[in-house]
Amino acid sequence: MNRWLQLTFFALVVRPVVWFVLGLNVRHRERLPKGGPAVLVANHNSHLDTLVLMTLFPLRMLGRLRPVAAEDYFLRTRFLRWFSQRIVGIIAIGREGRAGGHPLAPINEALQRGEIVILFPEGTRGEPEQIGEFKSGIALVARANADVPVYPIYLHGAGKALPRGEALLVPFFCDVFVGEPLCWTGDKDRFMAELTGRMSALAAEGEFPAWE
Amino acid sequence: MELAEAVRWAIAAVFAALLVASAVAFVLRRLRPHKDWTELRRRIASWWVMSAVFTAAIVLSRGTSIVFFAAVSYLALKEYFSLIPVRRADRRVLFWAYLTIPVQFYWVHLEWYGMFIVFVPVYAFLLIPLRMITLGRTEGFLRAAGTIHWGLMLMVFSLSHAAFLLVLQMPATSTAAAAGSNVSTSDAAATLPGPGLVVFLVVLTELNDVAQFLWGKSLGGRKIVPSVSPGKTWAGFLGGVATTVGLAALCGPWLTPMDRVQSTIAGAIIGLAGFVGDVNISALKRDLGIKDSGSLLPGHGGILDRVDSLTYTAPLFFHYVYWLFVFHTHGAAPVPPP
Repeated sequence: MNRWLQLTFFALVVRPVVWFVLGLNVRHRERLPKGGPAVLVANHNSHLDTLVLMTLFPLRMLGRLRPVAAEDYFLRTRFLRWFSQRIVGIIAIGREGRAGGHPLAPINEALQRGEIVILFPEGTRGEPEQIGEFKSGIALVARANADVPVYPIYLHGAGKALPRGEALLVPFFCDVFVGEPLCWTGDKDRFMAELTGRMSALAAEGEFPAWE
Repeated sequence: MELAEAVRWAIAAVFAALLVASAVAFVLRRLRPHKDWTELRRRIASWWVMSAVFTAAIVLSRGTSIVFFAAVSYLALKEYFSLIPVRRADRRVLFWAYLTIPVQFYWVHLEWYGMFIVFVPVYAFLLIPLRMITLGRTEGFLRAAGTIHWGLMLMVFSLSHAAFLLVLQMPATSTAAAAGSNVSTSDAAATLPGPGLVVFLVVLTELNDVAQFLWGKSLGGRKIVPSVSPGKTWAGFLGGVATTVGLAALCGPWLTPMDRVQSTIAGAIIGLAGFVGDVNISALKRDLGIKDSGSLLPGHGGILDRVDSLTYTAPLFFHYVYWLFVFHTHGAAPVPPP
């Protein structure tokens, strides 16, 4: 990673955009982890989601935040590859299971290094401001790192500001609701039920206007 | 910006009042440590920040003051658009609506009164629906056109009056006549009354809010608009207006070109309009089913909760002052000699 360029980019571009152009309403900020290892799990509707989540932490923790992103999308051009890996610091994984090597291995390694992994279990940005079904890859991560806390975070607003397929950013406030962390429960179905249950409970905390 | 002495004293007085508020809060916390004072502490802390930003904006330069009001306008409009139901198809329309802010405040910078006063009510009003028509979606058209323009009128047009107040210039010749016997004000205050008028408007509007809240809390009694804003009482309303009128009569002649009687009327306008602006946004929030409009200012809710009164006081106070005196503005007829 290019530390100085990353720091400059986040301090001078990302923070002003997220704090002033968009604006954040964060509920339960005190629940956020003070350090790694930890997994942040959020619903996904916009490229801004990653930047919003990374802005929740102080700049000195920036180098330890690792968003998980699909390699077929973020590594497709040379510039995007450089930007995603060197500036944002993504962990690139294959969306489809590939032959050779475990696809989730880089995530496990990052957690073993004490980093904070950001994961969008829907696997795609999907329809604007709708939560799709959570893929169970997160359960595999939780099982392999049974003592690492998983923080459910509900996001709303970024999907209105910059939805999938749009290049024009239209300012809207972003709501960020941080949930209580949970750990591996010993059973995949129970874990997924617990996680999606907490996400729906967080989503229900807000009263959001219609967006149709 | 060159500030008249009276303006500097007024700003000093605001910070003195904040010191008193902080001291009172400190004593209250000591006397009754079991009560939860977080809300009060947050509110006062936010007041400190808002006053510091406002002071910096006014003191630094004319340009920073205009940018400051444009930024307030932007934050308020963004909060409004985030709260109301919006059609997905209208994303681009909202983008155009945001663009009215730099344009409107550019007219302020040019001191072009004629354009400033028609741009949002005429041009934006006619052109925003045109942008919507090109999208071709008629379902919900009226609601979208109506809600977008309502927001533009309050958050952009109304609030920009505070900025235009700032750039008003009085012709040196008519000043003596207007100011009458009031010769104690300096030359800067006489020909550039803007900063004094803006401080008068903003400080009294915010004080009016606080006074109505404090009178209401301490006296209680009959509710004034129970179905819109259940916390508001007649005692709070009348006490607040009386406090604002008293303060206006006291500092108007010293801070602005207005005399005692004109200042008293200005105080009444701010007191009454401030209340209406407040309950106007309360009615909006009731309709949308929300309590606080956001969490930007800890203890205050969002920015809308802070500028609600100003959306009414700024244009009404501006046009009162604009009617009282003759000002130099771009394109206006030359001032006839007295």
